[in-house]
Amino acid sequence: MKLVDHFRIPSVSSRSYKVWQRNKDVFMKDIKLNFLPPFLEPILYLIALGFGLGKFVESIDGVPYAKFIAPALIAVSVMYASFFECSYSSYVRMYYQKTFDAIIATPLTIEDVIAGELMWGATRSMINATVMIPVIALFGLIDMKYSLLIIPFAFLGGLLFAAIGMCFTAVTPNIMSINYPVLLFITPMFLFSGTFFPLSALPVPIQYFAIAFLPLTHIVNVIRLLSFGVLSTSILFDVAWVLVVTAILLVLSINLMKKRLVV
Amino acid sequence: MFGFLGPNGAGKTTTMRMIQCVSPVSGGSLDVLGMDVASRQREIKSQMGVVPQENNLDGDFTVYENLLVYSRYFDIPKDEAERRVEELLDFVHLQEKKDVMTESLSGGMKRRLVLARALINRPRLLILDEPTVGLDPQARHLIWEKLRSLKKQGVTIVLTSHYLDEVEKLCDRLVVMDNGKILVEGSPAGVIEEFIGSNIIEAENNPQLLECLRERDANYEIIGDMVHIYPDNAMELSEYLLMECSLTKISARPATLEDVFLKLTGRSLRE
Repeated sequence: MKLVDHFRIPSVSSRSYKVWQRNKDVFMKDIKLNFLPPFLEPILYLIALGFGLGKFVESIDGVPYAKFIAPALIAVSVMYASFFECSYSSYVRMYYQKTFDAIIATPLTIEDVIAGELMWGATRSMINATVMIPVIALFGLIDMKYSLLIIPFAFLGGLLFAAIGMCFTAVTPNIMSINYPVLLFITPMFLFSGTFFPLSALPVPIQYFAIAFLPLTHIVNVIRLLSFGVLSTSILFDVAWVLVVTAILLVLSINLMKKRLVV
Repeated sequence: MFGFLGPNGAGKTTTMRMIQCVSPVSGGSLDVLGMDVASRQREIKSQMGVVPQENNLDGDFTVYENLLVYSRYFDIPKDEAERRVEELLDFVHLQEKKDVMTESLSGGMKRRLVLARALINRPRLLILDEPTVGLDPQARHLIWEKLRSLKKQGVTIVLTSHYLDEVEKLCDRLVVMDNGKILVEGSPAGVIEEFIGSNIIEAENNPQLLECLRERDANYEIIGDMVHIYPDNAMELSEYLLMECSLTKISARPATLEDVFLKLTGRSLRE
């Protein structure tokens, strides 16, 4: 496959909805268990880091520490939900369960299947954000003014990390090797994207690196501004960055998966 | 019913995957149900059922849900799908297992469920890639019975199998292929008659026998410590061998597809 072929727009039909629906049905079977992490995790983090560690931390730009990290917790959850859904879980469906093979024997194409998987990954991110917003609001750490905008933005951010996860799924030689991107990409992002301390605490070149190459930086920025009830023009830059990179990676991930599966 | 035979690596599954519009056709053209696989794969796939070599049931769902979820991929309306699922569960005798997760089914039950799933869209063409591999005789016979009744209903069935008795029993026509090429084509009986004749005599290999056979100018093949003789007239030749060559251990039997298969594709092991 030539390089340009990796970026050719794939033809995806509305039938990809059936794949989304399949994953949703599986999710609904364990709905209680699936809703627990986004409900419990922010509580645990806010108590331990926000109120525990936060006691020893000065306010950041006039914002108490718990309020500073609360939106980052949503952003991290957006990243984890869709990345893991479209890496480990998609890999299991593709390789071990042969679910994709079964589906492409029907009128659906492989492009439809991957598109459905990506949409579902993004939906998981959105579900997590939707559950977390009221929990964080209970702690009084979110300004409700623009907070509901976080929900659609979580879907967009979810698509971004779904596409990233799917690209790795397409090239990984086995399921264990997905640990590499987790360790070398996802975990550093969790720590160095302005999540638990502001980017400005880092050396300037690293700040630029984070803005250019760490997608979570932009997700954190947007969700933080929305949850503070602030709409500044800098949001436009972050949203534009996310839109462009997401579009490119969605196309790339579908083409890479096609390359892997069509033999 | 049409059979594809050939050793491992002959290209059977690749051919099946091309018919299923999954693998690209690297050369020539392929029409399925009168439609080109390159341009009309959605239409083709909507009229086709597939039983793949490897069971790929959806492990996240029960037996019933497997069929119902699969029906959605074909855009079958829900109430119609529910009716068909009930029918198919009866057809493959899995009604009692409908709420069981697929992983706890036996091998034979899984295979029957895969068959039922392949029928959910009432296909005109059914593709079976080694449908009875690893099944016990009861399960194999049940699958055969179901395939025969589908054939009676007018479904075109394309089958690959290593069980040559299965192909001989079920198929109307077949091809034997190796290294991606078709070696023969015909009906099971026709192919056997053409390449082997109707009977085979098996005897223990000894120099005296070979001497006799050369004298009669018979067509034979040495396989380890056995000799396969392909006679024009089995009765006459076996009588001759018994009387004139004073052989004791010989047996004549009808020739099978297995004999054709081994003759055409050789006896060396395939990976």
